[in-house]
Amino acid sequence: MKKNIGGFVFISLIIALILAILISPFASPWPDGLEKVAEDKGFIKEALEEGVWKYSPIPDYAFPGVGSEVIATALAGLIGTFITITIGWLIGKFIVVK
Amino acid sequence: MHIPDGFLDLKTALTTAIASTGGLGYAVKEVRKKLGDKHIPLLGVTSAFIFAAQMLNFPVAGGTSGHFLGGALAAILLGPWASLLIMTVVLVIQCLGFADGGLTALGANVFNMGIIGGVFTYYFIFIPLKKALSKTKRGFLTASAIAAWASVFIASIICSLELAISGTSPLNLALPAMAGVHALIGIGEAIVTVVVLAIVIQIRPDLIGEYSESEEET
Repeated sequence: MKKNIGGFVFISLIIALILAILISPFASPWPDGLEKVAEDKGFIKEALEEGVWKYSPIPDYAFPGVGSEVIATALAGLIGTFITITIGWLIGKFIVVK
Repeated sequence: MHIPDGFLDLKTALTTAIASTGGLGYAVKEVRKKLGDKHIPLLGVTSAFIFAAQMLNFPVAGGTSGHFLGGALAAILLGPWASLLIMTVVLVIQCLGFADGGLTALGANVFNMGIIGGVFTYYFIFIPLKKALSKTKRGFLTASAIAAWASVFIASIICSLELAISGTSPLNLALPAMAGVHALIGIGEAIVTVVVLAIVIQIRPDLIGEYSESEEET
């Protein structure tokens, strides 16, 4: 029994987009576990103010130049989700050669 | 748990980068051998789901948040080596596109969340638990929940070891703090992992590599 995979992939992508666009703007703004530990234990200052890679188009998941934080985050989620599915798919295609 | 630039010294960054590169080389070979055409879209959409879910920080105790990592889920769905590829795709995109996780720490982040959170967790936590527990849906999901929790907990311990070896924070400070907070974040990891797996078992059990028909009865 060979079932089609298209429907499953489509539904999964829709769910990912809902999470990335509609839910992510309301995620907790608190620092994550490592960041909080770094603050509490006094080594957050070791982190470079600006990363070594300076060309991130959407730093900190906020699309630049957008006034609304909600929209800036939603746009970041939308773009990021499409980029990951594309890159993941292409790498899969590249590796799984039959 | 994305390590920024500046937390790791050269030897730690380099060692983890070499280990991750080696793991990836093996992952490419294994995925080529084990996965077929139908898995290609699944590699893509699983990466996208993990990217999206990682954006959803949820509050845990004391002004701290955590988010889903996804290594264990990807490993259970598509196999440990595919999970390493998926986690690498997500981490590279986050680092280069979103300034999340340092470029010099990329090797360590892939090591912690892909090799420890995915590959190690699969072979040393999930598979032994799955064998030990009953061959039912409940046994499968229990093994998955514990593996998901452990993936975050163990990765946080490895992360604190890297910080200590780098001279950034002594182990007696970093380890209890990291393990403590990630023991809580791991609960979120377990919940998301089980919910996703339960849904996939419901609609497409054939897509879970490690799930067999005999487990469907209960």
